Amino acid sequence: MIALEKRPQPSQLWTAVTPLLAVLATMVAGGIMFAFLGKDPLIAIRTIFWDPLFNEQFANYSRPQLLVKAAPLILIATGLAMGFRAGVWNIGAEGQYIIGAICGAAVGLAFYPTESVLIFPLMVVAGALGGFLWAMIPGVLKVKFHTNEILVSLLLVYVAEFILASMALGALRNPEGSGFPGSRNLKEYPPAYNAELLPGTGLHWGVVAALVAVIFAYVLFSKHMMGFHIRLAGQAPKAARFGGVQPARLILFCLGTAGALAGLAGLFEVSGPAGQISIDFNVGYGFTAIIVAFLGRLNPIGILLAGLLMALTYIGGELASFMLGVPAAAIQAFQGMLLFFLLAVDVLTNYRIRFGKREVA
Amino acid sequence: MTEERLSTAGEDLLTINGLTKAYPGVVANDHVSFSIRPGEVHALLGENGAGKSTLVKMIYGLVTPDAGSMTLNGQPYAPAEPRAARASGVAMVFQHFSLFEALDVAENIALGMENPPKMRDLAARIREVSQNYGLPLDPDQLVGDLSAGERQRVEIIRCLLQNPKLLIMDEPTSVLTPQEVSILFQTLEKLRGEGCAILYISHKLEEIRTLCDHATVLRLGKVVGNCNPREETARAMAEMMVGEVLHVPQKAPRVPQEVALEIEALDVAARTHFGTALKDINMAVQMGEILGIGGVAGNGQDELCSVIAGEILVPADKVRLLGKDVGDKGPNARRALGMLAAPEERLGHAAAPDMSLIENALLSGAVREGLERRGMINWGKTRDFAKRIIKEFDVRTPSENTAARALSGGNLQKFVIGREIMQNPSVLVVNQPTWGVDASAAAAIRQALLDLAAKGAAIVVISQDLDELMEISDRFAALNEGRLSAPVDAAGLTVDQIGLMMGGAHDLEPVQVAG
Repeated sequence: MIALEKRPQPSQLWTAVTPLLAVLATMVAGGIMFAFLGKDPLIAIRTIFWDPLFNEQFANYSRPQLLVKAAPLILIATGLAMGFRAGVWNIGAEGQYIIGAICGAAVGLAFYPTESVLIFPLMVVAGALGGFLWAMIPGVLKVKFHTNEILVSLLLVYVAEFILASMALGALRNPEGSGFPGSRNLKEYPPAYNAELLPGTGLHWGVVAALVAVIFAYVLFSKHMMGFHIRLAGQAPKAARFGGVQPARLILFCLGTAGALAGLAGLFEVSGPAGQISIDFNVGYGFTAIIVAFLGRLNPIGILLAGLLMALTYIGGELASFMLGVPAAAIQAFQGMLLFFLLAVDVLTNYRIRFGKREVA
Repeated sequence: MTEERLSTAGEDLLTINGLTKAYPGVVANDHVSFSIRPGEVHALLGENGAGKSTLVKMIYGLVTPDAGSMTLNGQPYAPAEPRAARASGVAMVFQHFSLFEALDVAENIALGMENPPKMRDLAARIREVSQNYGLPLDPDQLVGDLSAGERQRVEIIRCLLQNPKLLIMDEPTSVLTPQEVSILFQTLEKLRGEGCAILYISHKLEEIRTLCDHATVLRLGKVVGNCNPREETARAMAEMMVGEVLHVPQKAPRVPQEVALEIEALDVAARTHFGTALKDINMAVQMGEILGIGGVAGNGQDELCSVIAGEILVPADKVRLLGKDVGDKGPNARRALGMLAAPEERLGHAAAPDMSLIENALLSGAVREGLERRGMINWGKTRDFAKRIIKEFDVRTPSENTAARALSGGNLQKFVIGREIMQNPSVLVVNQPTWGVDASAAAAIRQALLDLAAKGAAIVVISQDLDELMEISDRFAALNEGRLSAPVDAAGLTVDQIGLMMGGAHDLEPVQVAG
């Protein structure tokens, strides 16, 4: 007989080991899936996890991509983790990301073609503010009217997508773009362009912001009363009130911070790697970041690693579909497996497995 | 009665032979054996964690024993589930009721039956049984409108409808007023007369002395003694339970002092549908004084504690601390002024279950102990504070890094109470300070409260345990349906007077109530 037995307290060891275990299990199950698709599983796994970093042919292109893809994921996931720890379920980071990008890009484009070093900083502020305000909608509704932030934040993603489309087709459309949808490309407007800081590395301001956010969140959670209150509110709401936590303030702080960080991620993306506001500017970073946040155990350092890993599966996945003809859906299933296994082995943090009949002491 | 007990096993209703049940790290029951005869009221005595609950759960089929056997009426008895136990004539009234407040009495009873009869027939049966046993109950009333005592009757009648041969009662009087207790006892006497055996779990020794024919004492899962409660003193039985000599807290005489805590004409609306509204609460507690507030749980105790703690905010002038208006100040602002609280619910309210004792020390100690500066936490200092509480209040824990939920209830309670007392409050409110705590730890907590009062703190103790309140209070008041009676001197109060203050057997018919 196999029995699950609750541990007296969560295991430190398993908290650290479960993500690795989940990655291994994903490799095994993913390998089986690739085998069924008629691909050599070992080559497929190698193409996803190894080639992007170490294959001479691809690494020059892939390595910088790793930071480019990981930065928004880490930035968004760090913000989400604060809410998730407090029991505030912001599912709408994708929307906050879009609105941040629109606001930031709009400020930049408004100054076209003025030259000033202040333009990019202003765009950064606008991007953060846009995401912050978009996240305040579910926040204020929850605080004032007890609406469910999961629904409101999620539905606002679709609203944001419509705004994005209308911006790309209307207000922000490139007047010199011969009627094509999409804004001016910021690559051609240096004061508003988020260029690579070190050529060939993928390191742009968004990467710096992601690192700063991780350090900020780490200090907040481990050393600051606000982080303590966030954890308290998530684990034991009544104890939090006893400890003097004001739930409304906490909800607004968590949603606001997550929104601002998502907005920043959007701004850095639109002003750098993407270059312009287009109808399909967003590629789901806001949703993937939810996986990243949990894969990283809602821990800033964990999120840093998880973001890099997730970015790797993206790049490796593209490579695999390009080189081996693995369907894109299989790559998505592969990423889904990662979350699935992570949640499954998570049980081991709080429970241990016992085999055989329990002995009588 | 004791001589008669030396009878053959054939006359016993239930015989328990070497029942053993182990959980990881603890043997809850270790070869427990005893027997119950028809018509006997058998007490199961023991401190929290002695294994009483595990034992009755095995008898009721909720837990399967690891070893040992039972016989019922001479037949082997091993219920796989409560339904099997009920079919064999074993019924149980739990300490915590399983009733739906939004349904009426008859519907609640029907829900617990395997083959409920038609509603009208059932209602008639309920009326008949409740009259027979002196437990009047209206089948059409909503359970949400019933008092705790009446709710317990619903549970009892649910059992009686099955004509049980053995009725198990787990701490039945913990929610009752003295008058309700005496009504319950008359019912149990009648049942006993009909030959129904009762297995009675309690730690209230005086009750056991009046009611029970025989007592089995458990300590740490083992049977450590048998006695006839009528021939023992309560103190002797307590020492049998605890296994050591008990110290009675000492109270020093006091002189009138300045008023530290004042609440005036306070009304608070109920926060939830089944919460309790506070109505016109007035109290003034002097420095160095302990005000005991008695009453059955659910009559506004949590709400009153929250108002004093600052979790429920009220107009500023409704609550005064040493002359300052603090009604609109939150918990931490009040802590800064010296007003502390220890809520009833240890896990989840007074402490965060999954957090370590260090983090839980920070929970309420941050302000007064200076554990944070401009938001940055001083973990070293916090750890020291947690260690001091653990040492001073004899909290048994592997280390200060242990999660709160890993501690036993009594040890966590010592930590929670200790955490507030160590901060030298000028006003302290504690709700159920010794609930679920073993006798020696309870005595230590009471002594610590008395010592704190002797140092000049004003203390409000909210408790269901009247003996405890009489032991430590200078003045006594009762909370009933959100109203607080005028506080009176505790010295010389009789149980009857207290019962009347608690609302007596309110709304109950004057059935055979002994004056």
